[in-house]
Amino acid sequence: MRALFDVLLVGLLVWIAIGSVSQRKLFKSVVMFTAFGLFLSLAWVRLGSPDVALAEAAIGAGVTGALLLDAVGHMRSRVTPYPSPASAERRDADA
Amino acid sequence: MSTYLIYAVGGALIFSIGTYALLAQRHIMHKVIGANIMGSGIFMVLIALGKRTPDGVTDPVPQAMVLTGIVVTVALTALGLSIAKRYYTLTGLDDLDQDPPACDGR
Amino acid sequence: MRDRIRVVPLVAAIALFAIISSTVLDLPRESAGLSEEMIGGAAAIHVNNVVTAVLLDFRGYDTLLEISVLMLATVAVLSLRDPRLGTRRRLTGTADLILRSLGEAVTPIMMVVAGYLVWVGSTKPGGAFQAGAVLGAGGILLALTGWVRPSWARHSVIRLVLSVGLLAFIAVSVTPILAGRTLLDYSDDMRHIVLLILESILTLSIGASMLSLFLASASGGEEDEEAS
Repeated sequence: MRALFDVLLVGLLVWIAIGSVSQRKLFKSVVMFTAFGLFLSLAWVRLGSPDVALAEAAIGAGVTGALLLDAVGHMRSRVTPYPSPASAERRDADA
Repeated sequence: MSTYLIYAVGGALIFSIGTYALLAQRHIMHKVIGANIMGSGIFMVLIALGKRTPDGVTDPVPQAMVLTGIVVTVALTALGLSIAKRYYTLTGLDDLDQDPPACDGR
Repeated sequence: MRDRIRVVPLVAAIALFAIISSTVLDLPRESAGLSEEMIGGAAAIHVNNVVTAVLLDFRGYDTLLEISVLMLATVAVLSLRDPRLGTRRRLTGTADLILRSLGEAVTPIMMVVAGYLVWVGSTKPGGAFQAGAVLGAGGILLALTGWVRPSWARHSVIRLVLSVGLLAFIAVSVTPILAGRTLLDYSDDMRHIVLLILESILTLSIGASMLSLFLASASGGEEDEEAS
């Protein structure tokens, strides 16, 4: 019974890991990665290390998720790239 | 099959998934997530191997190492993402297989 | 196009999986590792949570270097800030009611949880890293509600808190050398109080570091119109 739970948990982790790096939608990737962190902290509890589980839940799912979501928002927001006329001139001169 | 083997082999699988993503995916965010997943897989192998003690109490040394590693991983992620954002701001690209406009050989 | 399977990375990944899992299967099924020594050592210094004892005492060198890595990464992220972003920026320009109420309700609880985690760190699961992470996450939540501005990453108080963790750790680890012992060899009568103070300082420092990592790289948000 316990072995079944372990196999299911590891299978789920592998599946979420594959999903989070193969999603075309970045937002979905990040959400899946956050879910990965949460299930991973469950795995740490099963492996008898509650200290690591606490850190994983707070850092892996919390702080890393916030950082990743912020980056996705940044890349989606179509910020104006630095126009930097100097570099454009340099490029034209190189050509 | 004992518990530790399930997690150790699963950790190896998760590590190789992360490696593939880091090497093969082109989007920066997928690479960063892949690096994170690689780390998680290795942590899983470490802790699972620490669970082989006769009394079943997980070895505290791998636990402490993984705890250290988790914090270092978040530093890696933050640094990687801020470089990625800067790259995006400068070039407008989020795909590492494309050359930025400044060096496209024109 | 983006989903095309690439052969070389795939072969590399499968080879890595084969190598790691065969190594794991080759290892003896039972191995005490270092746990007996560590549990005995922790009992000798009266710390019930063996992981905390390993982190701060037996392998304090690792933790010292780790705090340095965290500091360096924070400095690097701070130096990569987008210089065009102003100091009056908040991450939420419009007051999002649900987010604000959540932040107001949850942040005090998170602070209490962080304090609890430091306090129980020597007997139960918990300690500086977990508490620092909770503290940092609370700070990030406050930043998302607009209470904490991204420009705080450059504030001198945050910088001071950020660096004081590493400085305190260096001071604590070097003091035994001045007393004629080796690095990180705390004396027994001072050990508990020194470790508790060190853990508290490290918690604040790690929390500040997490918050700065987020604030320094946070993009978006709106400039505050009103002068304050």
